[in-house]
Amino acid sequence: MTPQLVVFFVLATLAVLGSASLIFQKHPIHSALSLIVVMVALAGLYLLMGAEFVAAVQIIVYGGAIMVLFVFVIMLLNAGVEEHTNISKLAGFPGLLLVVALTGFVAATIARTTSTVQTASQTGMISSTKDLSSMLFRDFVYPFELTSFLILVAIMGALVLAQREK
Amino acid sequence: MVPTNYYVILSAILFGLGVFAFVFKRNIIVIFMSIELMLNAVNLAFVAFSQASGKLDGQVFVLFVIVVAAAEAAVGLGIIILIARNRQSLNVERVDLLKL
Repeated sequence: MTPQLVVFFVLATLAVLGSASLIFQKHPIHSALSLIVVMVALAGLYLLMGAEFVAAVQIIVYGGAIMVLFVFVIMLLNAGVEEHTNISKLAGFPGLLLVVALTGFVAATIARTTSTVQTASQTGMISSTKDLSSMLFRDFVYPFELTSFLILVAIMGALVLAQREK
Repeated sequence: MVPTNYYVILSAILFGLGVFAFVFKRNIIVIFMSIELMLNAVNLAFVAFSQASGKLDGQVFVLFVIVVAAAEAAVGLGIIILIARNRQSLNVERVDLLKL
């Protein structure tokens, strides 16, 4: 059991428990706080994999900006404890089956292709923020510029949707 | 070094929990949060495969996914505010009519 493996299992447990807490909390604000725990745990996993920049962006954009937006909307709309009807209790059972089937399918697929993944993982970590930035601004510069357009459209869309009717 | 399989299996578990939350939860904001959880699970798989292959393409894709998630959160929360204003409820079961 190497130290990396120990850190991985601690962070993975934290992430899974956070996601479970997101499901079982009754109040939306508690679910939002659970999701922040998941995101911080995932940022730790990115650090463990040597992806420092992605970890920083995960904390700043996901844990910071997006979750603040969520918490803000929850407080703005004064969201209370969610109510469950009979139909939604019925939906839990197929949902559980769906999850078990999906997770089992993915896990089985991984188990079958395990050899190819394993051999490739020996190449080691070449990740650095400098390489990432040169890749982002050289090879992917056109998609990168397109995302700025996407954000512009999203801002305008959010403004149009949320403005009060005259 | 942690095997790539472990990361991908964790990603599958998180994605499954996200799907379950999507089906099970009734509050529209929490359903939206479960979509974010699924996007995060996919990001984890991207970074794991990027590390396994020794190429950085996966990490660049993660950055794009985060940008799209941010845009999606802005528009989606705008829609949620609109729904809450028009229906006075955040329960998706009360949002079953196309026209008020």
